[in-house]
Amino acid sequence: MSATFDRKIHETVSNPELQLKIYTATGRLIEGRKSSISSDRLPEYEELRNQANSVKKHTIDNLDYYLEQFERNVAAHGGKVIYCKDGEEVADFVLGLAKEREARLIVKSKSMTTEELDFNERLEHHGLESVETDLGEYIIQLAHIRPFHIIAPALQMTRYDVADIFTKHLGVTETVITKQTQIARTILRDKFLAADIGVSGANFLVADSGAIVLVENEGNARLTTSAPKIHIAVAGIEKMIPRAQDLATFLKLLGRSATGQPLTVYTSFLSGPRRGEEIDGPDEFYVVLVDNGRTKLLADREKRESLHCIRCGACLNICPVYRKIGGHSFPWVYSGPIGAIITPQFMGPMHEPSLPFASSLCGACAEVCPVKIDIPKVLLELRADVKKAEKRDGQGKLERLAFRMWAWLMRHPRIYEMAGMMAGSLAPEATNGYIRAAPPLMNHGPIRGWLSQRDLPAPAQKSFRQMWRGR
Amino acid sequence: MSRDNILHKVRTALGRSVDQAPPPAPPARISVPSIGKEAKIESFLIRLQALAGKTHHVHSVGDALEYVRRVVDGRPAVASNAPLLAECGVTSLPSVRSGLTDRDELRALCSTAAVGITSADYCLADTGTLVMIASKDEARLISLLPPVHIAVVNADRMLSGLDELLETLPLPAEQSSSMVLITGPSRTADIEQTLVRGVHGPGEIHVVIIS
Repeated sequence: MSATFDRKIHETVSNPELQLKIYTATGRLIEGRKSSISSDRLPEYEELRNQANSVKKHTIDNLDYYLEQFERNVAAHGGKVIYCKDGEEVADFVLGLAKEREARLIVKSKSMTTEELDFNERLEHHGLESVETDLGEYIIQLAHIRPFHIIAPALQMTRYDVADIFTKHLGVTETVITKQTQIARTILRDKFLAADIGVSGANFLVADSGAIVLVENEGNARLTTSAPKIHIAVAGIEKMIPRAQDLATFLKLLGRSATGQPLTVYTSFLSGPRRGEEIDGPDEFYVVLVDNGRTKLLADREKRESLHCIRCGACLNICPVYRKIGGHSFPWVYSGPIGAIITPQFMGPMHEPSLPFASSLCGACAEVCPVKIDIPKVLLELRADVKKAEKRDGQGKLERLAFRMWAWLMRHPRIYEMAGMMAGSLAPEATNGYIRAAPPLMNHGPIRGWLSQRDLPAPAQKSFRQMWRGR
Repeated sequence: MSRDNILHKVRTALGRSVDQAPPPAPPARISVPSIGKEAKIESFLIRLQALAGKTHHVHSVGDALEYVRRVVDGRPAVASNAPLLAECGVTSLPSVRSGLTDRDELRALCSTAAVGITSADYCLADTGTLVMIASKDEARLISLLPPVHIAVVNADRMLSGLDELLETLPLPAEQSSSMVLITGPSRTADIEQTLVRGVHGPGEIHVVIIS
């Protein structure tokens, strides 16, 4: 485990106020989801999940076909598709366009893909102003911190934290939430009306329509895509669905899984710049399709389903690990179970080797996933990847030796039984049926570390074999 | 160029070749319930009210006008070019500007107006949703910039839900560059999960249904 991962986990776990905030917020999201999918409100829930799973699988397995279809249809409506291999290429494209159009100010709506690409930082480095307009994203951009949760970026903050940030960066002190929201609305309204370019993400790319779909509650994505003369949507290639009609499946699952809403307040279906006699809307429409490691992931049949994710955040809320360690302990922008399976695949298994092990494999994430990604299975695959990488790097020799000995023991029942009896007689005193520490002589190194987090049940008076023989 | 490179990588990863047709996609799941007209209107009104939307069901254009007049209350308003609004007389109210076709003028007016008045292409009964398709009759910003949005809609635009919308319009992009579904007033819960309405879009929404 890296020192940073360890430190951040301890910081979160030992902060009772933060623990309460995470529990309350995720608890509300869990309840919202649960009541919105109950059998009286959405009897077809399981059917929709199966449909979403098979449509996503089909799309990802034939992604090149749908990418090209999407590209043709965007062009047919007067827009343009740009493929970029990484954040640098995305920034180059936006900077080039901004220079040509003499643009200075960009308004942004929420997008995890742009977080992943360090989009704002790259542009600001070249003198462009890029302003996040989702309230939560605006707050964390002012404070220069990463989103704490995929759909609730400022989940860990109180109104007083927000007041401090506003005082420091905006020069206004306000602790009433409605008023804080009004302050942000007023400042951002001016930005929307002055902006040259609007940059959005995309919840879905619709191949048969050449359209992007955005779901939101605030209206900032609508403003981002309607007010400025140029609209650029930045999305990972895996956001594809084949048909507009598939939205009848995906939209019903996304809002409910995320916040418990049957539909979010705004759902925008956008295809190209304004046309013919339409009165307003952008003159230019670009869709930037980002690889940034996705094609590498695609090549792995066992783990490819990680790309089926629609970023609802349900797996974060339900995860006992996320609920303890929070979003900022995770080593990259994506947190929770989905973060634990995509981070190692984007950044390499040794980026944070203990990440796939930071799970009890309880399976709650797979149970709530609206597209039925088998997250625990992928975690196991990723654990194997880490072990392979360790072996390649000459690490983990002691662990491999221990497991080889264990395997040998398991194949020799007589010796296994004797070893069991020996271990039983050597076992230290149990308190309340559990052994909480190793005997003093053995209480060192890995054994001590292992038992510092776990209790062993006391050995039984009679082993199963003894009982079997004596029946 | 990254395009060819990325497409090549995708094909290699998937073991597919250029121009290889995919197997047939699983059929889209569209399921339209049969619900009576009155039940649909009823459901729409209840759903929207539950989201703090204000609703008004009338049986004449005169009553619709009366309701709009009361909400506008002499404040500056912008109305879309939807024929229904002119038919109701909404566009002739003294503080209402309408007939706008210039983007810059429309934007300037919408950014100072207190009320935006539109019709809607469809309503979705099971979620209390307005479906707005951008056209020469409906601009995007009228339902977005002013803090109050009023929509006046004929009851014959009522659909049961998303499935019927996508059955009616399997390719919305053929109609317009923008189709927006509006379900209640703009809201956020980004600070302490506390609900605040009217963060960027209208915090107040009124829907007048004419049967």
